[in-house]
Amino acid sequence: MFAIYKREMKSYFTSPIGYIFMAVFLALSGFIFSLTTLLVQSSDITFYFTVMMFVFIVILPLLTMKSLSEERKTRTEQLLLTSPVTLTGMIAAKFLAAFTMFVGTLLVSSLNFLTLYKYVPEGSEINTAIIVGNLISIILIGMCFIAIGIFVSALTENQFVAAISTIGILLFLLIIGFLNGLIDSYIIRYMISWVSIYNRFGNFTYGIFDFNALVYYLSITVVFLFLTIRIYEKRRWG
Amino acid sequence: MIEINNLVKRYGNKFAVDDISFSVNEGEIVGFLGPNGAGKSTTMNILTGYLSCTSGTAKVGGFDVLENPLEAKKLIGFLPEQPPLYLDMTVEEYLNFVYDLKNCKLNRYKHIKEICEVVKINDVFKRLIRNLSKGYRQRVGIAQALIGNPKVIIFDEPTVGLDPKQIIEIRNLIRTLGNDHTVILSTHILPEVQAVCDRILIINSGKIIADEKTENITRVVEDNRRYKVKICGPQREVLDMLKNKDGIVYAEVMGERENDSFTYMVESAPGIDIRKNLFFTLAERNWPLVGLESMGMDLEDIFIKLVDRNNIADTSRKKRAPVDFVLPGEADDESKNKQE
Repeated sequence: MFAIYKREMKSYFTSPIGYIFMAVFLALSGFIFSLTTLLVQSSDITFYFTVMMFVFIVILPLLTMKSLSEERKTRTEQLLLTSPVTLTGMIAAKFLAAFTMFVGTLLVSSLNFLTLYKYVPEGSEINTAIIVGNLISIILIGMCFIAIGIFVSALTENQFVAAISTIGILLFLLIIGFLNGLIDSYIIRYMISWVSIYNRFGNFTYGIFDFNALVYYLSITVVFLFLTIRIYEKRRWG
Repeated sequence: MIEINNLVKRYGNKFAVDDISFSVNEGEIVGFLGPNGAGKSTTMNILTGYLSCTSGTAKVGGFDVLENPLEAKKLIGFLPEQPPLYLDMTVEEYLNFVYDLKNCKLNRYKHIKEICEVVKINDVFKRLIRNLSKGYRQRVGIAQALIGNPKVIIFDEPTVGLDPKQIIEIRNLIRTLGNDHTVILSTHILPEVQAVCDRILIINSGKIIADEKTENITRVVEDNRRYKVKICGPQREVLDMLKNKDGIVYAEVMGERENDSFTYMVESAPGIDIRKNLFFTLAERNWPLVGLESMGMDLEDIFIKLVDRNNIADTSRKKRAPVDFVLPGEADDESKNKQE
């Protein structure tokens, strides 16, 4: 499993994908950060993270689109599936590699927050708990996005189909939360709030550790990785 | 070492593998021979755990590939039909990756060097796989299967895409491997299995139709009684003569025409050498014999022969179906290469 993880990490940097991902991520995060905080002289970073979520919808599929579809297309999955590695190990390795790329770049982009401490007006303070809370929740959301991306990439041989479908699904999951205010029926609102990834975002952004949301995001991740494994099982038996 | 019992693989209504059973002992080299789509690759994929079977069992080294996949896979080195190569890696990186993937415990540097030596890829060791030719890629694929020194080696069409010299090298390699490994290889080229294997399993439409020692198959192949004869003379009369001649069980026009001569296919009765007799008969009638050559056998003929071997005496060929794999010429080339 570690071998696959290592290879996957390496392949991000032997192809342009890894560099493009990091460059776009850092450029956009810097731009959006200065737009939402520095230029409007605010230290409220919640809006920054909300916008970043939309950025992730576009750039996280870059990390996951190839991970399984390409293996299938080039038949290299035959090597992985006939070597002494479990299916779970193989998919976990793919997931962890994309997750590492995501978290690594996110941490680099978090250097942005240091500028807030420099420009803080006298007499007031930056609430570090809120920053950390936001970071944790965005990592959890990214984790879900990656799991969904891996799942979609197992469905097709074409990496672009995988990327576009992932973007579509993620956009749907995020936007549906915004529809909530427009609907009268309580039942439908309740159901939407269950599906919506955005709705769980709330508490972390106030610096409160929300155990419910943690369980929710972890479950989504596990469910999609599990479904990915099932797809492989099904294909074997098909 | 390998035990397959009543293996069935069904896709919808189609049986890719239809109730086959066989076993392979340690140190044996077994060739899987059959036309395209016969079920060779499917059987190999099941054996290596890539596919699951619909029913039946496959065991490698005593481990069932479905119930104990990790243990079974540890014993196997597999080269699929299309070598599973990462094009964005160098040969060195790739082999090191496979080494890690298989959890190999041998001395890394020495082991990989040794394998490169054996399959002769030292000179491309540092190059990107993307830039290698088909022959080299195939050899990297073979190298990959050998990593970890697995007890069982499974090659799916190992010589496809190689040039004649490389084919001979790979065959020699497989024979050497057979000294301390169990090898299964598949091919649709008869001379290949004859050259390499101890035992031949002929498989067609998902069924095993023959399981023979190579010598037996060779004997069947050598018992060839068909000739391609080119005769100058009126087509119909020549054909009538050929059909009615003693010692000839079958004759037909092959349709090749060259000036005033036609080519005929003639099959002699078992145990009779028709050639001299035919020459004198033709001379008598003043129809010059301008060509006579022995025809190679194709896989289909061998199928028929093997199935009907016991009542070979009354084999009269009613109809020849078109040959859709290994043209006689191709097979001849193969054997010529071998002789070189």
